[in-house]
Amino acid sequence: MTPILQIQALNKNFGTLQILKNVNVEIESGDFLVLVGPSGCGKSTLLNCIAGLEPVTSGQVAIDGRNMNEISPKDRDIAMVFQSYALYPTMSVAKNITFGMRVRGIDKQTQQEKLAEVSRQLQIEPLLNRRPAQLSGGQRQRVAMGRALVRDPKLFLFDEPLSNLDAKLRVEMRNEIKKLHHNLNATMVYVTHDQIEAMTLATKIVVLKDGLVQQIGTPAEIYLRPANLFVADFMGSPAMNLVTAQTRKNGRGTELVIERPAGEPLRLLDKKARNLPDRVVLGIRPEDITEAAFGSGKNVHITACDVDVVEPAGADTFVLLSLSGKEVTARLKAETRAAAGESMDFAFNMEKASYFDVESGERIN
Amino acid sequence: MQGDLASTASTQITRLALRWLLYLLLVLFALYYLAPLFVMVTTSLKSLEEIKTGSLVSLPREVTFDAWGTAWSAACSGIKCEGLKPYFWNSIVMAVPAVLISTFLGAINGYVIAQWRFRGANLIFSLMLFGCFIPFQVVLLPMARLLGLMGLAGSIPGLIFVHVVYGLGFTTLFFRNYYVSISPELIRAAKIDGAGFFRIFWSVFLPLSVPIIVVTIIWQFTQIWNDFLFGVSFSQAGTQPITVALNNIVNSTTGVKEYNVDMAAAIIAALPTLIVYVVAGKYFIRGLTAGSVKG
Repeated sequence: MTPILQIQALNKNFGTLQILKNVNVEIESGDFLVLVGPSGCGKSTLLNCIAGLEPVTSGQVAIDGRNMNEISPKDRDIAMVFQSYALYPTMSVAKNITFGMRVRGIDKQTQQEKLAEVSRQLQIEPLLNRRPAQLSGGQRQRVAMGRALVRDPKLFLFDEPLSNLDAKLRVEMRNEIKKLHHNLNATMVYVTHDQIEAMTLATKIVVLKDGLVQQIGTPAEIYLRPANLFVADFMGSPAMNLVTAQTRKNGRGTELVIERPAGEPLRLLDKKARNLPDRVVLGIRPEDITEAAFGSGKNVHITACDVDVVEPAGADTFVLLSLSGKEVTARLKAETRAAAGESMDFAFNMEKASYFDVESGERIN
Repeated sequence: MQGDLASTASTQITRLALRWLLYLLLVLFALYYLAPLFVMVTTSLKSLEEIKTGSLVSLPREVTFDAWGTAWSAACSGIKCEGLKPYFWNSIVMAVPAVLISTFLGAINGYVIAQWRFRGANLIFSLMLFGCFIPFQVVLLPMARLLGLMGLAGSIPGLIFVHVVYGLGFTTLFFRNYYVSISPELIRAAKIDGAGFFRIFWSVFLPLSVPIIVVTIIWQFTQIWNDFLFGVSFSQAGTQPITVALNNIVNSTTGVKEYNVDMAAAIIAALPTLIVYVVAGKYFIRGLTAGSVKG
């Protein structure tokens, strides 16, 4: 099967500034690809290159097996939803949705049928005669999606479509986009700086930083096995705990020695880790540090730590420990009896530990 | 408590007094600016007899429109005595196309400079802006030469050309500043919808531009209608605009100076711009402040 979107050795420069460096991505029909990264990482530029709104400096973008480098945006069989929605201010909702069809000279009846179908799907029928200025943010968002849906394209492109909405509406629209993806079996490329959006929507995530692809994988791969320190820190909330440790081999596995501000260093035993260098950065997710009573499994290490801060967050309670000069977050059950300033036993699930090279920051296990 | 009441009462009185003082000043300024118009209108309605005997600011004892009739169709400039009528028509034939062409070209220029960024766009915009500040007098000789080469010397199309060229800097500035606040995503969305350069301009940008079009038309119409220097330099007998004709009427007097005719002629010459302001004035203010309000 030809990939629906194939990006090969893509480079993009603005003058002497390199925005994208050797990007290679491939997705199949039905995939939901999310490009995620901090602002200025090049994710929107990459999307614009896919759309044809920016020419590529070198490399190629192919849609459904066809090289798109010389093809203008309108002939790429794509539709795009923008951050500002980019609705035509002087046209009614209906005219906004049918503008593309009118430009292409599609007959009136087909226009009306498609408009009716899409507006039913998005439940915007009562709004068809209004102007964009008379709509709320969520309604504008729907109309923008309608304008994309009516094209029935090979590829949907979304450029941070939810970032102008308030938190509650954002979650709602996120679910709707996910449903839409499922119901239409559409292929989507979605740009966001919000890692939660990336995790919840994607079937495939590309993490970008400074124009370089850091990691490509499913949400689970990215979350469980981040390729480097940047990905480990960027994906997940609260972020993965990253502390430097000395390693010592012993008969039962590898012992990690982590400095503490007061008293003995913390010693964690990972029964499975092999061949680690003398010093590593240990990465462990907050949910992999729990109360001793709830931690079980073959490769779990239980040890006592001093609690610095207790932060109840409703569903969970986060507890901060001080290790190796850093705050380390543990995610405990809401009803925990942890109290600041007291010592208690914690279970470290070493099964899920990530190890990174101290110098390069690359994953080594 | 009582002291508080007393002090709020006194601040209220002060505020009221200041407000009245403000109104008084505004009324005085308004009267000051209206005074010349008042004199012009009353003088134009008086007979020459009455002007000679009466005072400048008195109301006419007997209202007569004779002076208006003379100014319109019988006043003499030089040796011809056909009033302002033919020149009024000249000005219309000159101003309307010049305003429309320069506004349209300015809109396209602004659209390109603000939304279709290209290498050197800023430089070109700066140069056009620079064109706004070149004094009329500097371009007179080169323009006369150019018009001669183009075969447009002394003709109304020549005047239209001069006004279009001179107005482009301003109209481009107006439209560019209006369009620059529009999100570039709009044009991207339209591109993906399949629209090209002109389709996007006609269907998306022009409908958005009503306020700035009105501003530009008022500005250009006022400039072109009121222009005297280009009119007097690049026209000849028969193609002169109304401002030049007015000057000639006022300056070519035989015997008694007919102040009432001069005043009527001056009002006739100024009337079209006044009408444009009255009709479209509210758009003018709205358009000028449009950029500062975020939707």
